[in-house]
Amino acid sequence: MSKNTPVAIEYQNVHKRFGGANCNAVDGVDLSINEGEFITILGSSGSGKTTLLKMTNRLLDPDSGNIVLFGENIRDVSPVQVRRRIGYVIQQVGLMPHMTVAQNIAIVPKLLRWDKKRIDSRVNELTALVGLEPSEFLIRYPAQLSGGQQQRIGLARALAVDPKIMLLDEPFGAIDAINRLNLQDELKRIHGGLKKTFLFVTHDINEALKLGTRVIVMNEGKVCQFDTPRNIVKNPADGFVESLIHSCREQEKFWEGLI
Amino acid sequence: MQEIWANIIRYFDNNMDAYFAMLRQHIGISLRVLIISTIIGLSTGILCVIFKKQQKWIITLFQTLRIIPSLAILVLSIRFLGIGMGPAIAALTFLAIPPILMNTVAGLEKVSLFVLETAKGMGMTPLQVWLKVRLPLAFPMILAGIKTATVEIVASATIAALIGAGGLGQIIFQGLSTRQTELLLIGGISVAIMSLGAVLPLNLLDRFLQRYRNI
Repeated sequence: MSKNTPVAIEYQNVHKRFGGANCNAVDGVDLSINEGEFITILGSSGSGKTTLLKMTNRLLDPDSGNIVLFGENIRDVSPVQVRRRIGYVIQQVGLMPHMTVAQNIAIVPKLLRWDKKRIDSRVNELTALVGLEPSEFLIRYPAQLSGGQQQRIGLARALAVDPKIMLLDEPFGAIDAINRLNLQDELKRIHGGLKKTFLFVTHDINEALKLGTRVIVMNEGKVCQFDTPRNIVKNPADGFVESLIHSCREQEKFWEGLI
Repeated sequence: MQEIWANIIRYFDNNMDAYFAMLRQHIGISLRVLIISTIIGLSTGILCVIFKKQQKWIITLFQTLRIIPSLAILVLSIRFLGIGMGPAIAALTFLAIPPILMNTVAGLEKVSLFVLETAKGMGMTPLQVWLKVRLPLAFPMILAGIKTATVEIVASATIAALIGAGGLGQIIFQGLSTRQTELLLIGGISVAIMSLGAVLPLNLLDRFLQRYRNI
């Protein structure tokens, strides 16, 4: 990244502990992410990756430390305002079952009181962007879509008001392998075309290394390594990262054994 | 049989105005009870979901009240409210609240947590999450509770006649005391038709609101 690229997200010594837990869910995370990066956060369940993500749009607040988005400490902005500026996609998609595809995508634009003409054209544009035919899909209800189609709409909805930052929490976790690869490729294409900052949580090392321009590896609330996929594979920072890569290599051997 | 039929026709010839007055009373009581119990049941249900800790005893309270036969409540309320429309409405309201309350709680709690989380994550205010997402999604179930309550109200409103609140119960009780079968038939069938008539529009509303499911 060049020196001129502005910093999009900055975590400053962020800590979070849940009531009743005896260790921190997020433990002293301190890093900065530049605008336009596609950051993947890799970790097993309980590593704190989702907690870190949810603190970024104030679904959770850190116990200590600051999170700064484009120079603005989000503590000083109301949660609702922070969230409207950030796209948010989760594994379960969470489309509103009582709204059509068009109404789902239009939710945030409507909250921001865009006029109808602008909403309609944006909804059409986004549906096409995520690879679905507007005339066919806009009038459908979520129950009439496959899992992959639902997640495409989830993505379109998150992109609706052109947020600079997108948070994606294992968005393809519940999607079959073939559709998953397609969606990964399309997400990469969409990211490349939009110059947005993506923060993508996954527990799949292949997904993390394939999509990320840089990868955050997390374990037990701490960042083990934050580097490009190439450097992570070349120089694992600690035993945990090494074991991740090792497990991946083992799988590769298994595949080679089959061929 | 022929005689009963002739008596029914004679009744309507002579008492048309009285019949419609009783019908109006019956509908009046039922409608008032339905509105009051919907307001109380719905708002209590919402409060139950917001204040989860209190939920258990509130529901137990209304469930217990429901066990008391409506006739008993009717008679007991004479002591406090006197006779007439007031105690009848109070007694029937106790009867109608539980199904609405229970269905409101169940419907609101059935809404997927992920849907609520994304609604919040997109930047809806807590009020917007309630009005645009949670209540609309719970509404079919709330409506089912209202339907159950409606049938109970219309049927039970007949006994309101016992304490002078009027309604079609008057025909039935008159028929009982004078052994006039035609009066029992007129009263009973009228109540049955009214129940059906009340539920029909609610069913249509339900079908319309749930169109996103039946595709």
